[in-house]
Amino acid sequence: MRLKRLLYNRFGEIWMLSAITIILLFPLVIGIALFIKSDSIVSSYSLAELLFSSEWLPSEGKFGFLPFIISSIYVTILAFAFSVPICLLTAIYLSEYAPKRLTVFMQTVIDILAGIPSVVYGMWGILVIVPFVGETLAPMFGVKSHGYSILSGGMVLAVMCIPYILSMLIETFKTVPNGLKEASLSMGATRWETIKHSILKKGRPGIISAFGLGLAKAFGETLAVMMVVGNVVNITANPFDSGYPLPALIANNYGEMLSIPMYDSALMFAAFLLLIVILFINLFFRYFIYKSQKI
Amino acid sequence: MIITLNDTIMKEEKIQLDFAEKLDFETKNKQIPENPAVTISNLNVWASKHHILKNVELKIPKNKITVLLGPSGCGKTTLLKSLNRLTDLDKELYVSGNIFINDEEILHAKKDIPEIRRKMGLLSQKPYPLPVSIYKNMTYGFKLKGIRDKKLINYNVELRLKEVGLWEEVKDRLHSSPDKLSIGQQQRLCLARGLTVKPHIILADEPTSALDPTSSKIIEDLFKKMKNQYTIIVVTHVLRQAHRLADNVVFMSDGEIFEQGSPNKLFKNPETQELKKYLVDGN
Repeated sequence: MRLKRLLYNRFGEIWMLSAITIILLFPLVIGIALFIKSDSIVSSYSLAELLFSSEWLPSEGKFGFLPFIISSIYVTILAFAFSVPICLLTAIYLSEYAPKRLTVFMQTVIDILAGIPSVVYGMWGILVIVPFVGETLAPMFGVKSHGYSILSGGMVLAVMCIPYILSMLIETFKTVPNGLKEASLSMGATRWETIKHSILKKGRPGIISAFGLGLAKAFGETLAVMMVVGNVVNITANPFDSGYPLPALIANNYGEMLSIPMYDSALMFAAFLLLIVILFINLFFRYFIYKSQKI
Repeated sequence: MIITLNDTIMKEEKIQLDFAEKLDFETKNKQIPENPAVTISNLNVWASKHHILKNVELKIPKNKITVLLGPSGCGKTTLLKSLNRLTDLDKELYVSGNIFINDEEILHAKKDIPEIRRKMGLLSQKPYPLPVSIYKNMTYGFKLKGIRDKKLINYNVELRLKEVGLWEEVKDRLHSSPDKLSIGQQQRLCLARGLTVKPHIILADEPTSALDPTSSKIIEDLFKKMKNQYTIIVVTHVLRQAHRLADNVVFMSDGEIFEQGSPNKLFKNPETQELKKYLVDGN
């Protein structure tokens, strides 16, 4: 009996360790596979050429990824700018002011929003956001646009990021102890001063990681953005113009244009780039969290 | 013309005389209790259907240590938090009755609640330093008030830290995080931080329950020293602590006040069964 229990104990540990090892290996294996596959394009062109050239003519052997990188960054920044203030204000209200019932109800709404498939967001984007941008917003700014634009991508992406960022923020604010709020209030602070000086400060690492994960998710989101962003290789500062983010490039072309030499390898390189950027976003935010925990 | 002027002067003098008499009469007839810092009358607190505090009537004397004693869950903390309106934070609580702090009703006051709270320093069971440096914890009250005079601020930081006996221990690391201090030191920091806003009353909710005996003794000794300047209300369920600290003990059980008086009177001659039982269990 004793031996059996010990054996169970030992095996349980081994299984758990193997599960962790598999998870640890995932990013490494994916990274290595993508790197090996993109080797032919990396060895034929210089990295600077690939990253900073804006010419994308695969049939002529020109692979400049700059338009895709810029589109990705542009759409992500717009999504971030739209979703961050909304999420922060909503999370503060829900955790500090709202009656319990509203918080519970909102949690359900957030779960529903998080569960909607991205293709549905894309359809909604085509039906609502694209016409809104093309017919209402663009004329307001005196610009001509068919609506399939970087701005539409940013807006749809913002809505998609909201449930993730919001639920992480609410969790963060929940963990701030009541005693800390009471300490601040009893010093004569108002509700808002307490939020600003104690809750937002105490929750800073959580807030930063919520934004970091939201940003990484936004950067890699593919389908919904691809449906509304226009998919035109283009470097532009005008958000009403179409763009072509990296994930859309991969999803649109992989498996189709592979007869062109090195196209396959170029798409693998795009995927590798995506992985590296997301890795850097994560590392950057980790560093930020580490910094913010220090006083 | 002269007659009219005289008349007016006489009239004014009469009015002044009447007013003085009225004032004298009012002062004589006004019921002035034995100078309590806090007067609680008919205080009731409900959490939905649960009646937490039941018709609490209490006068807390000025510049004394009043200990709220009773078993856990008897409503001591709720009573303490009603005093500085921290009960407002819990939307499920319903509070009725009156609380007078120095003759000013605070429970139904719509005006400046932060100002009401500022008059009462709060010390919780666990220390809660703000997530900023020791120095910034100490200057928080000034920041809220918009005071920027560095000299005044630094003078006060030193004064208050000395008052709680922490200055020597932290003067070289004022700009580091309070997390590196021991729990006892953190608790004294929180006390000093509360003192910077010049409260009249100190509310302490089991302030030594997380501390080791040495740190607890430091806090208790501080309270004894500080009672000349402040009215101190301490919540505890520890009989010995009540013995050591209290000038006035209020025994509560199940949301009601059963007995109150000096520790000698209460602990030697308990009148109610509840207190007798508590004393037997506690000893």
